[in-house]
Amino acid sequence: MISYLDNVLFAAALILSISLFIYNFKKILSNIRLGRDENRSDNPRLRLNNMLRVAFGQSKMIRRPIAGILHLIVYVGFIIINIELLEIIIDGIFGSHRIFSSFFPKFYNFIIGSFEVLALLVLISVIIFWIRRNILKIKRFFKEEMKGWPKLDADLILYFEIILMTLFLTMNGADYTIQLNYPENDIYVRAGSYPISQFLVPILQELSLAKLILLERFSWWFHILGIFIFLNYLYYSKHLHILLAFPNTYFANLESKGKFKNIDSVTSEIKLMLDDNNNIEGTDVSEVETFGANDVTELTWIQLLNAYSCTECGRCTSNCPANISGKKLSPRKIMMDTRDRLTELSNKIRSNSENFKGDGKKLLGDYISTEEVWACTSCNACVESCPIDIDPLSIIMSMRQYLVLENSAAPSDLNNMMNNIENNGAPWPFNQQDRTNWIN
Amino acid sequence: MKVQIFSDCVKEGKNPEILFWVGCSGSFDERAKKITKAFVKILNDAKIDFAVLGNEESCSGDLAKRSGNEFLFQMQALGNIKVMNSYNIKKIVTACPHCFNTIKNEYPELGGKYEVLHHTEFLKSLIENGKLKIPNGSFKGKRITYHDPCYLGRANNIYEIPREILKKLDAELVEMKSCKSKGLCCGAGGAQMFKEPEKGDVDIKDIRIKQALETKPDIIAAACPFCNTMLSDGLKNKVSENSTSILDISQIIEKAKDL
Repeated sequence: MISYLDNVLFAAALILSISLFIYNFKKILSNIRLGRDENRSDNPRLRLNNMLRVAFGQSKMIRRPIAGILHLIVYVGFIIINIELLEIIIDGIFGSHRIFSSFFPKFYNFIIGSFEVLALLVLISVIIFWIRRNILKIKRFFKEEMKGWPKLDADLILYFEIILMTLFLTMNGADYTIQLNYPENDIYVRAGSYPISQFLVPILQELSLAKLILLERFSWWFHILGIFIFLNYLYYSKHLHILLAFPNTYFANLESKGKFKNIDSVTSEIKLMLDDNNNIEGTDVSEVETFGANDVTELTWIQLLNAYSCTECGRCTSNCPANISGKKLSPRKIMMDTRDRLTELSNKIRSNSENFKGDGKKLLGDYISTEEVWACTSCNACVESCPIDIDPLSIIMSMRQYLVLENSAAPSDLNNMMNNIENNGAPWPFNQQDRTNWIN
Repeated sequence: MKVQIFSDCVKEGKNPEILFWVGCSGSFDERAKKITKAFVKILNDAKIDFAVLGNEESCSGDLAKRSGNEFLFQMQALGNIKVMNSYNIKKIVTACPHCFNTIKNEYPELGGKYEVLHHTEFLKSLIENGKLKIPNGSFKGKRITYHDPCYLGRANNIYEIPREILKKLDAELVEMKSCKSKGLCCGAGGAQMFKEPEKGDVDIKDIRIKQALETKPDIIAAACPFCNTMLSDGLKNKVSENSTSILDISQIIEKAKDL
C-alpha cells in the first residue's frame, strides 16, 4: 500500500490545483459578465486571424525589439516546455519514470534536448528581465501605479520562473548523472539527451547514488508542485495575460481606431425628439440605461476583459502624451483601477448575495479621478502600443460620457465650447452666417 | 476667389461632383483659413467641380463626441446628414482630419453614407490622374519633416499618402524620433484644444516641437488645422528657431505652384 503513497499524493495535488484553478477562473468569467453587452461575434475569420497574429504570433510585442525577443523566448519556452508536463503528469500518476522515452527513444532525445536549450534561454531572458526591472530601473516600470503589490507581483513571477527552470535543469542533471555512473540501476535507464545539464555532471557526480536520487526526486516534485502553485497564482496576479491575451485579441475592436461607438439610446431619443408626429406611445424612455460609465458594471464586458488581460507592461503609459508631459493620466492605471475595482465589487456582491445595494464606492472618483479623465487627447497612442489590443481610451470616453451626460460636469472651458456649438454650430462664438467670410 | 455654394448650385440645376467640407477651423481660424484658401486654389487650378455648404455647414460634432457629449454630437451629425442627404452628396473632401474621421466613421450608422476623403488623399489622386502637376525646384534641397495627425494616422491608418506627396517636391524628407504609428500627438485632440491642459511638467506641443526641431527642418509639414495651430504656438516659444515654418501640405503645394 505504502508504495502507492507517491502516486496518491501526486493525484491529490493535481486534482486540487486544477479544481482550485477552475473555481477561481469561473469567478473571473462571471466578473467579466457583470459588464454591459457588446456584440463582438461578427467576422469570426478576421478575429481568428487577429488572434493568431497578435497573441499567438506576438506581432505587436516585437515593435520593441529587446523586450520583444526576450518575451518571445520565454513565451516559446513556456509553450514547448509544457509538453514535458504531460510526461511528468503520467509519470506522477502511474509511478513510471520518463515513460515517453521507451516509446520513441530517438525523438525523445531530440525533445528533451530542445527543452534543455529552451530552459537555459528562458532562464537567461528572465534574468535579463529582472535586471531591467531592478538594476536598469526602466522608467515605465517605476510609475506611481507600480508601487507596492504590482512591483512585487512582477518580481515574484520572475523568481517563480527562475526557480522552475533551475529545478528542471537540476532534475535532468541528477538523472543524467545516475544514468552515466550507475548503469546497473533499473529506474534511471539511459534515455534523453542533455546538452545543458550535462555540465552539471562533474559537480553532481561527487554525490552518492542515494543523494542523487534524493536530489532528482526533490527537483522533480518541487518543479511540478511549483507549476501547480504558479497556475493558481495567476488568479491573484497580473500574469493572467498568458491565458486572456487570446480571447482579448479575438474580441478586439477590428474597426478604425478613430471610430468611437455611437450610443444607440441617444440616437433613438433624438429621433423621437425630432419626430414631428411625436409618436411617443409604446416607447418607454424611462428605461434608458445610464449614459457612460461611473462604475465597472456600466462598462462593457470587453472593457472588463481588457482589464483582466492587462499585464502592466506600461507601453501604453510610456507612449501617452499626457503622461509624457507629466500629467496624472496613465492608461495602464486606468486598466489596473478597473480590474481592482471589479475584484473589490465582485467580492462584495458575492459575500452579500441578494442584498447587495452598492458599497458607496465608484470606479470614477474613488479609483480614477476626473483630472485623469480630462487629460486624455484621444490620440490612440495607448491603443496602438498595447501588445494585446487593450483599449484604455474607450474606458476614458465612457467616463467622459458619464460626467457630461449624467452630471453635466465638464470643465468650464469645454462647456463654453459646447454651448458655442449648440448656438452657433462652431466651437467659437462666431455667427453661423459668417461661415463663408473666408471666401472674400 | 471662386467658390460655389451648394444651395446656389442646386437652384441653378447644377450638381457639383464634390463637397469640400471646410470645417469650423477652416472657416473661422485665421491660420486655418490660409489652408482652406490654398486648397481651394489647388482645386480651381485643377478645374475640379466642387462646392461648399456655406452657412448650411455646422460643426461635425467631433469635439462634442470626444468631450463625452454624445447628445450634442448626434444632434450635429443628424443635422449635417439631413442637409447633405438633401443635396444627394456622394463624395466629401476635407482638410480637417477630425471632421474627416467623424464623417467617415461615425456618420454612416446615423444615416450619412458618403465617400469621405482627407485632402491629402484627394491631392494624391489628382497627382496620379495628372490633374495636379507639382513643378519641382522651389523646394529643392529643403528639409521637410512631416507631423502625423492622430486622427489621420493611428485613427485611420493614413501614413504614407502625405509623405508620397511631399516626396514629389524634390525636397529632403526627414523623420522625427516618433513618427507614423508612434507619432506623438500635438496635444489638441480629444477637445484639449479648447481647454487649459491639466497640471503637468511641460506642454505636449513643446515636446513635439522639440522633436520636430531636432530634425533641423526648413519646413514642418502638417495636415490638420489643430496640429498646425498647436505646433505654431509651440514654435513661437522657441525664439531662436525663426527660420522654420509650419505649413499644411496644401500650402506647400500652393507655394510650389506659386498659386
